[in-house]
Amino acid sequence: MSTTPSSLTFSRRNFLRTSSLAGGGLLIGFNLLTACKSDVKPPVDLADLNYNDFNAFIKIAKNGAVTIFSPNPEIGQGVKTAMPMIIAEELGVAWDKVLVQQGILDTENYTRQIAGGSQSIRFSYEPLRQTGATARQMLVNAAAARWGVEASELTVSEGIITNGAGETLGFGDVVDDAAKLEVPKDVKLKEPKDFKIIGTDQVNVDIDKIITGKPLFGLDYKVDGMVYAAVLRPPAFGQELESYDASEAKALPGVIDVITIGKKMNALLGGEETNWTVQMNATEKVVVIAKTTWDAFKGKKAIKAQWKETSALESTEFQDKKLNALLDGTEFTTLREDGDVEKAFTQADKVLEQTYESPFLPHNCMEPMNFFANVTEEKVHLVGPIQTPEDAANTVAELLGRDIKDIHLEMTRMGGGFGRRLYGDFVYEAAEISDAIKKPVKMVSSREDDMSTGVYRPAIKYRIKAAIKDGELTGYQLKEAAINGNMYGLIPNFFPAGAVENYKVDVANYASNVTTGAWRAPYTNFLAYAEQSFFDEIAEAMEVDKVQLRLDLLEKVKGNTDERIEYDPERLQAVLKMAVDKSGWGKAPEGTYQGVVAYYCHNSHVAEVADVQIENGMPVVKKVTCVVDCGIVINPLGARNQIVGGVIDGVGHAMYGQFGFKNGEPTSNNYDTYRLIRMKEAPIVDAYMIQNELAPTGLGEPALPPAGGAVSNALKAATGKRIYKQPFMEDPDFWKVPNEKILG
Amino acid sequence: MPKYNLTINGKSRSVEASEDTPLLWILRDNLDMVGTKFGCGIAQCGACTVHVDGNAARSCSLPVASAVDREITTIEGLSEDGSHPVQKAWKEVDVPQCGYCQSGQIMTASAFLAQNKSPTEAEIKDAMHGNICRCAAYNRIHKAVGIAAGNMEA
Ligand code: FES
Ligand code: FES
Repeated sequence: MSTTPSSLTFSRRNFLRTSSLAGGGLLIGFNLLTACKSDVKPPVDLADLNYNDFNAFIKIAKNGAVTIFSPNPEIGQGVKTAMPMIIAEELGVAWDKVLVQQGILDTENYTRQIAGGSQSIRFSYEPLRQTGATARQMLVNAAAARWGVEASELTVSEGIITNGAGETLGFGDVVDDAAKLEVPKDVKLKEPKDFKIIGTDQVNVDIDKIITGKPLFGLDYKVDGMVYAAVLRPPAFGQELESYDASEAKALPGVIDVITIGKKMNALLGGEETNWTVQMNATEKVVVIAKTTWDAFKGKKAIKAQWKETSALESTEFQDKKLNALLDGTEFTTLREDGDVEKAFTQADKVLEQTYESPFLPHNCMEPMNFFANVTEEKVHLVGPIQTPEDAANTVAELLGRDIKDIHLEMTRMGGGFGRRLYGDFVYEAAEISDAIKKPVKMVSSREDDMSTGVYRPAIKYRIKAAIKDGELTGYQLKEAAINGNMYGLIPNFFPAGAVENYKVDVANYASNVTTGAWRAPYTNFLAYAEQSFFDEIAEAMEVDKVQLRLDLLEKVKGNTDERIEYDPERLQAVLKMAVDKSGWGKAPEGTYQGVVAYYCHNSHVAEVADVQIENGMPVVKKVTCVVDCGIVINPLGARNQIVGGVIDGVGHAMYGQFGFKNGEPTSNNYDTYRLIRMKEAPIVDAYMIQNELAPTGLGEPALPPAGGAVSNALKAATGKRIYKQPFMEDPDFWKVPNEKILG
Repeated sequence: MPKYNLTINGKSRSVEASEDTPLLWILRDNLDMVGTKFGCGIAQCGACTVHVDGNAARSCSLPVASAVDREITTIEGLSEDGSHPVQKAWKEVDVPQCGYCQSGQIMTASAFLAQNKSPTEAEIKDAMHGNICRCAAYNRIHKAVGIAAGNMEA
């Protein structure tokens, strides 16, 4: 069993190169996780930063000012602040003297320039420290040479190098000398106890732009001569375009042209069944090109299109039956099997079995999908919010038959990701449109487009069965029925794997024509609720304390030598104990009902306690206490924002998130029919982070999954009723509130 | 297309657009003022909030023809330099996550506080309930509105 998340090893040779800038100053180019090509140097002119050989840069100007070109896309998870903080720490500069700019995609030596899986910080922590430390060492070496002393005699603080005699040199004074030096190989990193920036509260680097409304997001980007495009996609999954009449649309003022796209993608894919890609991109779509977004939206509404059915038009009831049939059937793939669960069930004193259900969910990023493209003879310029820039650039190159070197992709700040912007369908659309009309174009989705032609979290059902014998949990079987895929990676090895002698995880899925994909904390976002509800049921059946049951099970994992088990039972016990302590678990005042969970996912250990009260017959989640162990916290202010947001997001979707299909068409397409959590329903979140010096893990996801379980357990305490289906507020025996009452 | 004269952030601007064009798109596409955001287009999320004669209004549902002869303030004009008490509180608390909803939140909060200088907790929640934050920064939004209330000039 590995007790700390492994920090990836990376090649230290050549991962960093330097050059002196034409106007003076030092430019350090580096790549996270891979070595740079040995024959290239960073450009001497900033205008030439093309990120083809390095995916990130540090510039130290002659006046000592430091600019960090942050490599990872920002979706609101705070990496644009946290990653430069790590560099600045080792470099030895004052944080308020550092300017941070978003990097551009490196289309060739891309490493992990992707936001997703809560991995950005986890993978880049070591290389970022190495980079900062190496740069500092070069500056120190240059100063040592200037003074004719040993580098080891010098100290660095806030960009100033000081020698034994008390003389000083600023970084800017030695940048030109440093640029001529060899890059040192083995530099010493700081001891965590000496950190001055890591672990301090730092406000988001884009804060001034955000609060004054400066252009920042993809939707804000524009160039002269740019036109707008609205795309009419099939209204139902299973339909294709048969014919259309654009005469009315073309007659509208502001409408420039009406074209169709999709054929190129179809040809590229060659009819290959690659799930969502085929549906979203290879189908023919009608595109209205107009002078403004509004003109384009209006034009789209004026298109008269006929659609034909090409595959089954699924409804929620149909999907429900399919999933039930899978759970009742025998066609499972076993992802993990310890001991013999069947035997445990036969020999048990008591067997428990429950099924938990969740609906499809749209991502609903606040900024609707959009992308800018300008396809010219010389190059393909793409700008916008995308979580997987490399993949998008490669696909566009293939789609348009261009060399990857022609593709120039710039990432903007993103108005939310939640997994949706891992899929580049909107990039390909924009590229195909610009290629067709030979103009710079912005493809803009309306909220209705965004919600009804999404890449949804699929509906999933879990059936969990437990064997209890002689007061012990002796068997545990988890069955998953899902759509278009199943849980992956290490999830089958999460708690309670390792704690139960006879343990089995079985999965099955069916292929649907509805496009599905990752949604913040894939699979665990619902699995955590199912399992953590079920643990409470096990505790009730065993007549033991709910916290104690979890602590006891974790105790059994200690000393387990199974390498597949990544979670650390001690760290999980520690967060649980702290959550119990901080939440006043068991001591809640009259009328407050609590639910507790402890969960490991996305490399972080989390425990949560939800406090629920009943007001006017309705359950209100008042407070959630959340304790997270995510290793070293780079920026606690930003980290707490992630945790609080993740918890409220988890509560919101568990309570209200309802989405389904009728004859292939989504049942909601905007916020009047899809309920998101709002101010008055948002609980206060008390967030705590365990202090330790272990390698940092991610925060974008792990706080979300446990929240639904904590609320479900608290609702049981409040009402005596266990809810088996999300969203909780749709439960027929519970509270059904008309839409007029809830929407602001 | 008809021509409209608008007063935005104290300046008069003239635009040509079809009469049903929402003010949101006039601001964003015709006038290059992109601080006002598009979220839903149907007055449900508050991302597009501006002030019309001092009151919070959803620019996605306000046709340009009805915006004539009214004082319009957008996030760009709330203060010269981000020094409005609400903007300052937003920075102090580090409210944003993705940040996309925040200009709408700030415009809602500033219109509310101009009319209610010492709101109760419940009044703050009521006032902000119409603005969705998909990143769920609600705790910090609430806190920042409270801080800003204390710093608004009487
Ligand atoms: S965009 Fe206007 S309220 Fe949502
Ligand atoms: S900060 Fe992302 S939507 Fe509010």
